Amino acid sequence: MQFDQLLQFFLSGVATGAIYALIGIGFSIIYNSTGIINFAQGEFVMLGGLLALSFTELLKLPLWAAIPCAIAVSTLVGALFERLAIRPLRRPTPINLVIITIGGSILIRGISMLIWGKDTHALPPFSGEEPVIIGGATVMPQHIWIVGITLLLISINKFYFFHTISGKAMRACAYNRRAAGLVGIDVRRMVLFSFIISSAFGSVAGIIVAPLTMTAYDVGVMLGLKGFCAAIIGGMSSGMATVAGGLLLGILESMGAGLISSGYKDAISFIILLLILFFRPQGLFGKSESERV
Amino acid sequence: MKAKKNYIIFLFAALLFSGEAFASQKIRIGALFAVTGPAAFLGEPERNTAQMVIDEINRNGGIRGQQFELVAYDTAGDATKAVNLATKLVKDDKVVAIIGPSTTGESMAVIPVAEREKIPLISCSAGIKITDPAKKWVFKTAQNDTLAVEKIYSQLKKQKQTKVSILTVSDGFGASGREQLKAQAAKFGITIVSDDTYGPKDTDMTSQLTRIRGVKPDALICWGTNPGPALVAKNARQLGIKTPIYMSHGVSSKKFIELAGDAAEGIRLPSGKVIVADQLPSNDPQKKSLLAFVKDYQKHYRAEGDHFGGHAWDAVMLIKGAVERGATTPEGIRDQLEQTRQFHGIGGTFTYSQQDHAGLGRDAFILVEIRNRDWVIIR
Repeated sequence: MQFDQLLQFFLSGVATGAIYALIGIGFSIIYNSTGIINFAQGEFVMLGGLLALSFTELLKLPLWAAIPCAIAVSTLVGALFERLAIRPLRRPTPINLVIITIGGSILIRGISMLIWGKDTHALPPFSGEEPVIIGGATVMPQHIWIVGITLLLISINKFYFFHTISGKAMRACAYNRRAAGLVGIDVRRMVLFSFIISSAFGSVAGIIVAPLTMTAYDVGVMLGLKGFCAAIIGGMSSGMATVAGGLLLGILESMGAGLISSGYKDAISFIILLLILFFRPQGLFGKSESERV
Repeated sequence: MKAKKNYIIFLFAALLFSGEAFASQKIRIGALFAVTGPAAFLGEPERNTAQMVIDEINRNGGIRGQQFELVAYDTAGDATKAVNLATKLVKDDKVVAIIGPSTTGESMAVIPVAEREKIPLISCSAGIKITDPAKKWVFKTAQNDTLAVEKIYSQLKKQKQTKVSILTVSDGFGASGREQLKAQAAKFGITIVSDDTYGPKDTDMTSQLTRIRGVKPDALICWGTNPGPALVAKNARQLGIKTPIYMSHGVSSKKFIELAGDAAEGIRLPSGKVIVADQLPSNDPQKKSLLAFVKDYQKHYRAEGDHFGGHAWDAVMLIKGAVERGATTPEGIRDQLEQTRQFHGIGGTFTYSQQDHAGLGRDAFILVEIRNRDWVIIR
């Protein structure tokens, strides 16, 4: 096994892992403010990609204008989802909420299938298709965009949670919802915010991967599951732990496919998921009662 | 307007004179297609085409004065549903023949029903097991994978490229292709130097391709349906792989070129003739059927007619041929189907016999290369 092959596996893994991380963070933001796993998270990834496609192809917008529009629309869908499906629930037990998110994901997927059909679509890359050579391995310019945008979003996320009032309020909800409510934080509004932020994150992830992996009405399922894995490895933190979880997952998958056998690629990530849930349910990096935001 | 008026008068007259007898003259043909679900890319064009052809036959006055009626059901790609619907077609709708189902799994499940109820079944799926061994009541129109593999291997043999890497998708289509690629390699003096798979929902194949780049094969054969192969093409271009790439007939549609973009350039694949209908030499016996089908489909559905629709086109036309030769009962249609000789359809030239219910030869496939985002026939 030569060095350039290993480097290629590593770089491919980092690029895929960055996506998993971005989706995973969407999971953990909602988990921390509501205590539920939003299984519709993957659908926002799909919406981002397909909406960007519609804005470029149907409305003929340039890519730089189509992307914010797509993010705005899918964020709106996220907010509506919270208002119409999550908030009206009379008895919001976790199991009810989880089932609602599953139902919501099926609904969004079904509607998308009717709008965009069953075909796969490709979005044009942000900056050309000439591969970039890094020490014997090659990556696409899009990979660099993915890693860059992921890092940028995570820094913004960190800043928001630690240096703004609403971010701090959301952290308060994550620590203790009842206490947060007692000191005058509108918990329900924070839940709405969490849906807005995570659907925006999901749609960004969907848009930046679409040029590489292409997109269709059903891509949300697998990407959502992988993002969920990343979040679990990171112990449902919305910070660096989930990023590390995503990267670890991406690299292990890529190394596994390259060095062992490509047949085991998905098995690897789900075995990791099970092992973590069995032995370290607080996440790979977490202390048993860790800071979650 | 005038034509419409005439038509109404004709209809009125027909109703007046023939009454009940007119309605019972209709020959009912059943159809089972996976119009929704994962195999919708097969079922949808198949259903559209079957309806289009039957409407056309009726508009031209039917066959020997008899109108056709299509009773089409959606199986959603589900074998259990397909079996129930097949029984329904036979018992309730009293059809004389069944077209479909769209996938091999469903076809295998429906075969016992057709055999038991003695109703001819013309499957639109590719699996070799459907007609091998030949079953009395079962025919098929889709080309066998075997033929596609032979087409690629004979080209490789011609170019003295003997070391190949295979990369197949881990679903039914890929598994069948992989089996055939491995089974026939020795016959053409080809060694498979690496054997990788990818998942139907995978988003990155660089790991597999990096490995393949390491073993330095003479050619890479990728077997899958969209979108996987488009990703393989893009990833291969990213990694700077210069090895010639062959794909399966599973991606012989413009969609593949659209998805893979520049990365599709130079890729070769075996394909039915329908995608290059206009490039065929004028003495090609299939040319007339192909052009008619492509033009018709374009007119009715504003989309390019593809192979999958072609399988249904062939099935309806084969039944039409049988009825033209005087058959009206299931038994008669079956016997006449078996008598089909040199029928130039979309999938190829069909000649059925007692032992061969697949009916196609190696000439059903041609090898095409993608150049300037279009297909070019390799001779």
